[in-house]
Amino acid sequence: MSEFQEKAPIISKESLTGEVFRLTVHSPQIAESAVAGQFAMIRVQDSLDPLLRRPFSIHKTGADGSVSFLFKVVGKGTAMMAALQPGMELDLIGPLGRGFTRPVTGSFSMIGGGMGIAPLFFLAQQLLAVERAYSNPPVLLGAQTQAELLQLAEEFVELGFPVHTATDDGTLGHHGFVTELLDRILTRVQQVYVCGPMPMMRIVAQKCLKAGVACQVSLETHMACGLGACLGCTIPAAPGGYKHVCKDGPVFSAEEVLWTL
Amino acid sequence: MDSVKTALLPELRVNIGPLTLNNPVLTASGTFGYGREFADLVNLNRLGGIIVKGISYEPRHGNPPPRIIETACGMLNAIGLENVGVEGFLREKLPYLKNLQTPVIVNILGDTVEEYARLAGRLDDARDIAALEVNISCPNVKKGGVAFGTDPLMAADVTRAVRQATSLPVIIKLSPNVTDVTVIARAVEEAGADAVSLINTLLGMAIDVRSRRPRLANVVGGLSGPAIKPVALRMVWQVARAVSIPVIGIGGITTTEDALEFIIAGATAVQVGTANFFQPTAAEAIITGMTQFVRDNNLQSIRELTNTLQLD
Repeated sequence: MSEFQEKAPIISKESLTGEVFRLTVHSPQIAESAVAGQFAMIRVQDSLDPLLRRPFSIHKTGADGSVSFLFKVVGKGTAMMAALQPGMELDLIGPLGRGFTRPVTGSFSMIGGGMGIAPLFFLAQQLLAVERAYSNPPVLLGAQTQAELLQLAEEFVELGFPVHTATDDGTLGHHGFVTELLDRILTRVQQVYVCGPMPMMRIVAQKCLKAGVACQVSLETHMACGLGACLGCTIPAAPGGYKHVCKDGPVFSAEEVLWTL
Repeated sequence: MDSVKTALLPELRVNIGPLTLNNPVLTASGTFGYGREFADLVNLNRLGGIIVKGISYEPRHGNPPPRIIETACGMLNAIGLENVGVEGFLREKLPYLKNLQTPVIVNILGDTVEEYARLAGRLDDARDIAALEVNISCPNVKKGGVAFGTDPLMAADVTRAVRQATSLPVIIKLSPNVTDVTVIARAVEEAGADAVSLINTLLGMAIDVRSRRPRLANVVGGLSGPAIKPVALRMVWQVARAVSIPVIGIGGITTTEDALEFIIAGATAVQVGTANFFQPTAAEAIITGMTQFVRDNNLQSIRELTNTLQLD
């Protein structure tokens, strides 16, 4: 699979909330070859601070060669990303990693928590034909509070996917964890795709295992190179040893991962 | 003129003992995988040499995560020498590498002097390897885990054992975590090293103040990146004056100017390491920059610049 380094002009920047932003850039080679679940290594500034690129999952692509990233400001790198403006350039390397694979049968569901929703939108774009053919169960999206969740849910609906939401504080949808919505869906699907905080993905993995439903998870971790060279991004693997999130993942089959907290 | 042609110009050619390189810019072990990982992003045939991830005799899994953490202008790593082992390297990695025009240098590491010798002997049989670089920053398990590279006698033992086991050029990669690196450098020169490369990473750590835990699972790791350049440069300067064998400079090299500083300080060649992570094209840009520098300054060759630091 080919990887590219592109100097991508920023086309737009939206702030969904005070902390959640979406940057859209013109990056045609990456847009054309990316598969949902893959990511890009982004150099947020042409400077030695921060030193390393940051990995961001690909959130959305367009036929016009656009690539979008959705992120929350949680540290230095994301704060710098949030301060960028249209017209500036982003130095990207991508698409990287192993993405989601198509469901073997038609029936699938997606469940996203917080910023884990980001790569699932790209997956929704790429599975649109499957959704139309099979009328799959709703996409499940959760967050701590309404904030950006409402807009993101609407975007999935616009694409053609029904959505059920859950918030920790009850300001939108089910009052509780999004994983609580999964049980009634598990009898109707043979493939689940999940991305969100590790504890959430662990619960989903366990539920799917119990129900005999295949589960693909998308992990994240600190990375230096994103290319499989530095060997810094390991996670413990289920039969033992380690896997590298950038090269063996970021998408894994739930059974490949050694789930601890 | 760009691409491979620039890299093959005679004015960039250098000799590291019996090894001739088309240009003095190599990629450092541990930062470039086994080369192929960068094939889409870098023109591998432009590089002066590729030094692969350190190989031990048996495969190693490496340390538990977290293995890396960014620091100011640098990063700490405690990868734990994860590698595919010598047979895995010969079977899975070397076939791709030997199709490149770029010399491939294999970095080797071990727990005991015997392991280094076995590795050197095994690689001596293989073809398409240009040289060995010996990582002596590993703990000597027979001496309570003290690093080979911190003791001149142990460093000399490893050098001698490798020297006897192979006819390939032998480059000893020095540890900076010593009181006087020139003592180690002289010891390995005397024991038969064809060249030395320095520095390997500096020992460091970082702490998460919320959890009060170390950022690395291994607690301590190796610091690399621009932050270490002044230390590396000083050590290269000191070692170049202490030994007659060629010196290869490593430590925070990101730009052409950085590379030239090391050459002026006494290096015959340089390695680009951490920069490969955030700018895969860094080594290529340095090769282009050096060519420009040689022309702009009317030098016959980059070799004229080695060891030209003006004092007083």
